[in-house]
Amino acid sequence: MKWFLLRRLGGALFVLLALSVVVYAAFYVAPGNVAQIACGPRCSPAQVAQVSEQLHLGDPLYTQYWHFLQGLFAGRDYSTGTGVLHCQAPCLGLSYQSDQQVTELILAKLPATASLAVGAFVLWMLLGVGTGLLSVWRRGRLTERVLTWITLAGMATPVFVIGLLLIIVLVTALQILPFPDYVPLTEDPEQWAWNLLLPWISLALVSAAPYARMTRASMMETLAEDHVRTFRAYGVGERALVGRHALRGALAPVIALGALDIGSMFGGAVLTESLFGIPGVGRELVDAVKHVDLPVVVGLVLVTGFFVVLANAVADILQAMADRRVVLA
Amino acid sequence: MSQVLPAEGAGAVEAPAPGAHPFWRRLRARRSALVAAAIVALLVLAALAAPLLAGIEGQDPTTYHPDLVDSASGGVPIGSFGGISAEHWLGVEPLTGRDLFARIVYGARVSLGVALGATLLQVIIGVGIGLAAGLGNRFVDQALSRITDVVVALPVMVTALGALAVVPTSFPRPVLIAVIIGLVGWSGTSKIVRAQTLSLKSRDHVAAARLSGWGSWQIARRELLPALAAPVITYAVLLFPSNIVVEAALSFLGVGIKPPTPSWGQMLSDADTWYQAAPTYLLIPALLLFVTVLALTVLGEGVRTALDPRAESRLRIGTGRKKEADA
Repeated sequence: MKWFLLRRLGGALFVLLALSVVVYAAFYVAPGNVAQIACGPRCSPAQVAQVSEQLHLGDPLYTQYWHFLQGLFAGRDYSTGTGVLHCQAPCLGLSYQSDQQVTELILAKLPATASLAVGAFVLWMLLGVGTGLLSVWRRGRLTERVLTWITLAGMATPVFVIGLLLIIVLVTALQILPFPDYVPLTEDPEQWAWNLLLPWISLALVSAAPYARMTRASMMETLAEDHVRTFRAYGVGERALVGRHALRGALAPVIALGALDIGSMFGGAVLTESLFGIPGVGRELVDAVKHVDLPVVVGLVLVTGFFVVLANAVADILQAMADRRVVLA
Repeated sequence: MSQVLPAEGAGAVEAPAPGAHPFWRRLRARRSALVAAAIVALLVLAALAAPLLAGIEGQDPTTYHPDLVDSASGGVPIGSFGGISAEHWLGVEPLTGRDLFARIVYGARVSLGVALGATLLQVIIGVGIGLAAGLGNRFVDQALSRITDVVVALPVMVTALGALAVVPTSFPRPVLIAVIIGLVGWSGTSKIVRAQTLSLKSRDHVAAARLSGWGSWQIARRELLPALAAPVITYAVLLFPSNIVVEAALSFLGVGIKPPTPSWGQMLSDADTWYQAAPTYLLIPALLLFVTVLALTVLGEGVRTALDPRAESRLRIGTGRKKEADA
């Protein structure tokens, strides 16, 4: 198990390094004047020259990347002409358009994204696993058929469609919920939850479907196993079988998938945040893309990749803990 | 297709029925798959015949009709249900008065075309990388598998957004979006193909081919590709609707297809501000997107069970990862 952990984490670190090379190269070899793009359309030639110097754009690409990497692990200094601007590790660079350090910019947006992701995660896990279990328990009946179709419909609905419909019904027509106006948790927990409820529901409704399917599939498989058959032979009822004895084994892959999904969601629930105006990482990305704020775009793609790699590793480890056979493979 | 089924894994147990290939027979036996296939065929036809359909209606997707919107109320279409009439079958767009039916059928071209291009690219790259990794020596396999890991760490939505920021706007958008989705979305296919290739490699018929002096390329083409068709097709049919959603999502965010080219996602994005005054403007593209993706998903399910009848009892396949443009 120890070696599996080390190998898995080592692999993750390698992938992260490779990812940073790919992303850096892909964006900084962009056609056109990179310094001009990074600095923004309103920059004077003098400013562009300074940016070019700060990013070492005159040097070969590997030297530029080396400075970038140094910034990530040890921090780096930018000369501003009159003084030195220190950017602490992990330094993702400077956003010249918003005059901020990219790392600080992203950190400021993370709480909103985390609020959205965690709340939605709890809801969709409950909804998905609950639906999956119910359809196993009522298998072969009308309930199962109805649930199967609802799940398919959930898989086919993009979050911006369900979100828009929910806004029309719950906010405009029935006026049950407010249009979300994000309030930080630390400021007012009640308002925080109340305002995030609609985004949570929207995201949970579209995300729950794969979990319902997976829970059902995994549960059916577990129910076919020998030890469960033995339980059944001893007269254990269907409900206790599904709800208690088979649950633990059946949920392992579902939890691994959950780790994977919530990880990638920390990189920004781009659509949900944009639709509901939640000031998180995802909306920041859309804004940065619209303003062509290159350093922020690069930083966000890397941060998202970091969360995905991390989540993949965690999912693998969780799966290995639940099922030792994975370690041997 | 005829080579798909008798190969390993699939329905080799059943004797082929006279007249009908077992794949088609099993697909036809599922009513939901038939209905879904009919809807998909209808949508594809509508997309192909967009100019013809708009011509029959007597409209085109770009002409402004300022006389059909009420400028006093800020551009709300005149008439009930967003101005639905004999001349404008689905009403007109608020503000501009452009014909919605024409924009919808032309938008179908964009949605389906981009998704098709992206899916083909994903499948071609994924099969290529997966085959090479599965057939190559340990070194090649390791290198390609690491590359795949890196691509996994690039979520399609986020990477596509980033890439759209730096590519010059002069590049044709639909092509660009298809290429970006294709370039970052092939990891699932390559993983499936690699795993299948590794397991097929140890089978007798492949060993026999190798012993009789065939090269890797010949083995891949003659022995592996036919057996890989079933899992790849199954996966591709599910990639297609998810690519439709990615394109719609990018256009919804305002960084995808640029006006005046119509796209369903872009219409939804515009409709966002009009849902109170002109609800049909929102509901029509929303419903179409939903029906299209649902039909394709149901069809995908049908194809999966028809290609691999045992999947129903195994039930494990196809639950995999969440679709790409979820959040």
